[in-house]
Amino acid sequence: MPSYSVSHLDMLEAEAMFVIRECVAQFRNPVLLFSGGKDSIVLTHLACKAFWPAKLPFPLMHVDTGHNFPETLDYRDALAERIGAKLIVASVQDSIDKGRVREETGANASRNRLQTTTLLDALSQWAFDAAMGGARRDEEKARAKERFFSHRDEFGQWDPKNQRPELWTLFNGRMNPGEHFRVFPLSNWTELDIWQYIRREGIELPCLYYAHERDVIERNGTLLAVCEHVIPREGETVTRRSVRFRTMGDAPITGAVESRATALSEIIAETAIARVTERGGRADDRRSDSAMEDRKKEGYF
Amino acid sequence: MPNTISHDMGLLRFTTAGSVDDGKSTLIGRLLYDCKAVFEDQLSALERASLLKGREHVDLSLLTDGLKAEREQGITIDVAYRYFATPRRKFIIADTPGHVQYTRNMVTGASTANLALLLVDARHGVQEQTRRHAFISSLLGIRSFVLCVNKMDLVDYSLERFEEVCAEFREFASRLEIANISFVPISALNGDNVVNRSANMPWYEGSTLLYILENTFVGGDRNMIDARLPVQTVIRPQEERWHDFRGYAGQIAGGVFRPGDEIVALPCGLKSRIVDIYSGNKKLDAAFPPQSVVVTLADDIDISRGDMLAKSGNRPEVSQDIDLMLCVFSQDRPIRSGDKLILRHCGSDMQALVRELRYKVDVNTLHKVEGTNELGLNEIGRAVLRTAKPLLHDPYSRNRITGSVIIVDPFDNTTLAGGMILNRNKGAEEAAE
Repeated sequence: MPSYSVSHLDMLEAEAMFVIRECVAQFRNPVLLFSGGKDSIVLTHLACKAFWPAKLPFPLMHVDTGHNFPETLDYRDALAERIGAKLIVASVQDSIDKGRVREETGANASRNRLQTTTLLDALSQWAFDAAMGGARRDEEKARAKERFFSHRDEFGQWDPKNQRPELWTLFNGRMNPGEHFRVFPLSNWTELDIWQYIRREGIELPCLYYAHERDVIERNGTLLAVCEHVIPREGETVTRRSVRFRTMGDAPITGAVESRATALSEIIAETAIARVTERGGRADDRRSDSAMEDRKKEGYF
Repeated sequence: MPNTISHDMGLLRFTTAGSVDDGKSTLIGRLLYDCKAVFEDQLSALERASLLKGREHVDLSLLTDGLKAEREQGITIDVAYRYFATPRRKFIIADTPGHVQYTRNMVTGASTANLALLLVDARHGVQEQTRRHAFISSLLGIRSFVLCVNKMDLVDYSLERFEEVCAEFREFASRLEIANISFVPISALNGDNVVNRSANMPWYEGSTLLYILENTFVGGDRNMIDARLPVQTVIRPQEERWHDFRGYAGQIAGGVFRPGDEIVALPCGLKSRIVDIYSGNKKLDAAFPPQSVVVTLADDIDISRGDMLAKSGNRPEVSQDIDLMLCVFSQDRPIRSGDKLILRHCGSDMQALVRELRYKVDVNTLHKVEGTNELGLNEIGRAVLRTAKPLLHDPYSRNRITGSVIIVDPFDNTTLAGGMILNRNKGAEEAAE
């Protein structure tokens, strides 16, 4: 008897590929939101696998806050070129210059929230009717309520209390003109699944995910990398430490963790025994108990 | 170290349903906490929130309630998915509210689950809510059940009381299609028999709840007999090198396909032979559920989304008259006989006419209520539909993928109902008596 057993990664992979193909089959003009983070890298890998030997039947779009780590941008450009995908960059700086949004002021100002306007403008400019993202339900409590196919009204808003039920694998992507969908193929993956899959598939990641020596400061209990977007304030001391990143967002809000893990197996071992959630270091989530839900309702990723 | 995971473990999806008072949140919290799936920052956020609400101890239900409205009202509105893993298995919990007004959430959670975890309070025994959850789980095709008799500490860990509750449930369960049930006496609050064996109930010789979850065989939920590949999309690279490549992509819904197999493409009925099966750029010797693959054929046949590949000696049923159980989700639009709606099944959308509503089921007593002309929110009933095109399907009891449909409102595009196709040959495979 041959073995027909499937591991949990096989099941998650098959499910994600099904959802990605379903997105392409059901929508006229989908796009993959690529942030440069590990989840969107895994999502891109799965999409390539789902359509091989054809090229991706949709472009990648990066909403660039202008506060990204340079390593992220280099990785993004190299990846798009290697897989032959069309890359669209929607810039928050452009939105600011055009007066679509106004930059936050104050000590903890961030461009995180401004991304929503840039994203919604870009979706409508390119007439995208579905935007795939790498968000996972285990990341954050509002995301735990997300559907695989998540409806957005004509203002790009999410109505979490009035979502379409999702039974079996019958995803309902029907909509009226002007509305769109967010599609989340990695809904059922956990952080550990992502790392195990990266190892299994041999997926290359930006170097920031591995431990490296870097100048950091401690701000609001978070370790931030000193760079052009994070300038030490009075009273903050710069120290050089061995760190890595568990999530990838803007430099001013993405906390590093102290680590010596330079190999995937070491990262997996650290993840398996981690006692703090990966977004625990994200200042954008800490603004309030419902920070993510509030941003998502407005149309955030 | 409970969280170091060996590489080759499977996945178990299970549902729980119930209210705050029966200890469900405490039980889930206990499983997550004892399996180290709750993190320190989540716990400290919980402690803060519990303190603000004036609760004496940490309220673990705040962990699963993700929306602001849910936290404010202290209720679960929606299905909450939680994840944890042990060295043996990865688990996905679909946690749903158990009240009758949330029947649709229970149906949603159960639609993808392999096992139902039912919880009863040892003092109160089997309640309406337990019966409803058991009935819906069985209707949605779940074959493995675990009945946890909770709060054993409040009945002096009494063997007699445990056996009474089990007998009560067994009697009810004999009317459902359940392949296996385990009974576990627990105290979620103190952790007895959840992850660790209880010293308070030496009379209990069975396994702990976690051991059962880790070891229940669910491979039987996949249909490995009837080969079915619903085509999702056709892959045609626009490149010179792959000029002649034409691949049919989809997730295997049943059976096993191998290169060289003769297949029949439906609905056209033309036969061909499988040349290669791919997962990404890797060729496979065999494809089986739930793999997502691409299949190439020896002949150029016109196949598109909504079609199905099967074996010529084992084909799905093809019919425009569909007998099914419907569960209605829509708040403001009931389903009435005579309605014209959209039916979605595998990769196809088609119009469907509600020809007949035969009866609705009282989800508490399982009694049939005949002479109904509409099914409203949270109601479950038997209907006959006429579809605009022949539907390539199997009975739901044989295949959860090719046997399920959803009904969509043609005007506002919302999902109105979910449906499970009944076995026509058996005549009346009736869920209710």
